[in-house]
Amino acid sequence: MTREDIIKPENLVYRRTPVLTDNVMHYCPGCGHGVVHRIIAEVIEEMGIQDNVVGISPVGCSVLAYNYFDVDFVEAAHGRAPACASAIKRLRPDTYVFSYQGDGDLASIGCAEVMHACNRGENITMIFINNGIYGMTGGQMAPTTLEGMETVTCPYGRDPELMGHTMRLTEVLAQLPGTYYVTRQAVYTPVLARKCKKAIRQAFENQKLHKGVSFVEITSNCNSGWKMTPVQANKWMEENTLKYFPLGDMKVDGKFAPNFMERVSTFDQPNETRFSLRSK
Amino acid sequence: MAKELKLMKGNQAIAEAAIRCGCDGYFGYPITPQSEVLEHLMAERPYLKTGMVVLQAESELASINMVYAGASTGKRVMTSSSSPGFSLMQEGLSYIAGAELPALCVNVVRGGPGLGTIQPSQSDYFQTTKGGGHGDYRLITLAPSSVQEMYDFVELGFDLAFKYRNPVAILSDGVIGQVMEKVMIDDYKPRWTNEYIEEHCPWAATGHRAGKKSTIVTSLELDSLKQEGVNKRIQEKYRKCEEEDARYEAIQCDDAEFIFVAYGSAARICMKAVELARAEGIKVGLVRPITLWPFPKKAVAEIGGRMKKILCVEMSAGQMIEDVKLAVECKVPVTHYGRFGGVIPTPVEIFDALKNMIK
Ligand SMILES: Cc1ncc(C[n+]2csc(CCOP(=O)(O)OP(=O)(O)O)c2C)c(N)n1
Ligand code: SF4
Ligand SMILES: [Mg+2]
Repeated sequence: MTREDIIKPENLVYRRTPVLTDNVMHYCPGCGHGVVHRIIAEVIEEMGIQDNVVGISPVGCSVLAYNYFDVDFVEAAHGRAPACASAIKRLRPDTYVFSYQGDGDLASIGCAEVMHACNRGENITMIFINNGIYGMTGGQMAPTTLEGMETVTCPYGRDPELMGHTMRLTEVLAQLPGTYYVTRQAVYTPVLARKCKKAIRQAFENQKLHKGVSFVEITSNCNSGWKMTPVQANKWMEENTLKYFPLGDMKVDGKFAPNFMERVSTFDQPNETRFSLRSK
Repeated sequence: MAKELKLMKGNQAIAEAAIRCGCDGYFGYPITPQSEVLEHLMAERPYLKTGMVVLQAESELASINMVYAGASTGKRVMTSSSSPGFSLMQEGLSYIAGAELPALCVNVVRGGPGLGTIQPSQSDYFQTTKGGGHGDYRLITLAPSSVQEMYDFVELGFDLAFKYRNPVAILSDGVIGQVMEKVMIDDYKPRWTNEYIEEHCPWAATGHRAGKKSTIVTSLELDSLKQEGVNKRIQEKYRKCEEEDARYEAIQCDDAEFIFVAYGSAARICMKAVELARAEGIKVGLVRPITLWPFPKKAVAEIGGRMKKILCVEMSAGQMIEDVKLAVECKVPVTHYGRFGGVIPTPVEIFDALKNMIK
């Protein structure tokens, strides 16, 4: 093939979506945030809603998400993105609204706002990046930090007796009647990224139905906070995080996915598994 | 139907004014003594009349952030609360000021500190006029002293909020919120259409950019030189606001030798004290700041400067008195009389305080 052949439109195999801006992303190499941004941008492009969407960025590593998406954006205070998204959707029901939050933002300081937006059944899409740590502030413990996992505020490993248990908030949200679609995805392999894209597409399409919140958790890495290379971090996530946060749908079309309640019914069993970031 | 006279509570007047002046959204959480705002809105169902959105939020944190986001889309949005709830809103107000958004926030003050009392107070003056939240910002603050002003200041508040793209507070108290008075109410004004907002509010993230560049609403600027620039621009707005929008009322000041300086319900009580004093031949007047920020410095300096003495009357341990002293540059003696923790002073005790000051 000549250069001329390669650049013919019919030979196009990959193109960067114009919904992403040309700004250089500040994310650490290997971080899941950038991948999820691209997926969301592609979904916005494919649905043709670029001129019809408002995103809400959180406080966390993705605080500057608005620099990377070429769509209208509002930057929320720490934890309050669901309140922001609720107001915007109610005032502009003709707009696709999505919030984008980390686990400290959503599950810790913003726990009330996410619970109530889900409980009210706001007609919005929520994206939840769970990397088990506060990435932005330098790797402190999050509600999602695994038991035994070391962070700078639990340097000897998370001790549930002192620091509480690892929070599976998404499983709780799935049980609220206001959620219509709740799923946990990952993006650390091409196959998983493609699945995740389908889920995010679904979560945006659902806004047409006015049936409540569509919630996509993405179990992600934080190689900087975990002090690993990207490859090590993905491997660690696969072997550890996904045991406690298994991937898959929890609620589809307003109905619990098969096995969801069965899995939740085991939550009264003591969690004997301890995880450690340090290689033994 | 052009205008109509109604008997209502101050809190209801806030709610009714919101519906009638074209407010797009109210987000609030119950707290005494202002719950009638949300109750009246829920009873009136403005979403059926004007399309106005009303939502009982899960907390004041949520309310103020809903207001922040609603304002980001160019809508006329508001919340109301009382002191403890208003304290919870401070971070959000700072974001609204930092992102340069218009919004209205009503505080029907009760006595503090802490959970305090549900009785009226004016002890949130510092919090409202000197900042409250973090960073160099100001809340444009309106102080109604009647139910009519509760009504009128909603539209005025929105106008000022949009003029300066800055949050506006109505600093009321449990007296003005709960008392029933006659109010002249207007006909329903239409809300702004989405098209109007998209055309006239280029700063708004409406989600309808129609091929134009996207709009970002944020208060974040990591480059400190640029952040200083943002601050300078905001400060310029504040200088303009001080120049153009300081408001006050002067009552019987022309021949006066003494004045009361008081706002809100304390000013109402001082009006009675003026009568009592004048009946005994004491020439006293009243200066009533209507905007607490910008404080009507020039008027207080000019009128106060002519007086022998000034008595600042507040339902607090003494907060506005600092601005009065600054205004007259301490050239005239300024004394304070205050009741606080929810206690309302009587005209007689204010008159006694005046006599004490004079002798
Ligand atoms: C009110 C408030 N408290 C604390 C902070 C500091 N802060 C900034 S980001 C952050 C944690 C973010 O962690 P997470 O949501 O997990 O996002 P990540 O960076 O991991 O993507 C904290 C505590 C803040 N900005 N505002
Ligand atoms: S600190 Fe962690 S979450 Fe933040 S960009 Fe780096 S890898 Fe990603
Ligand atoms: Mg995190």
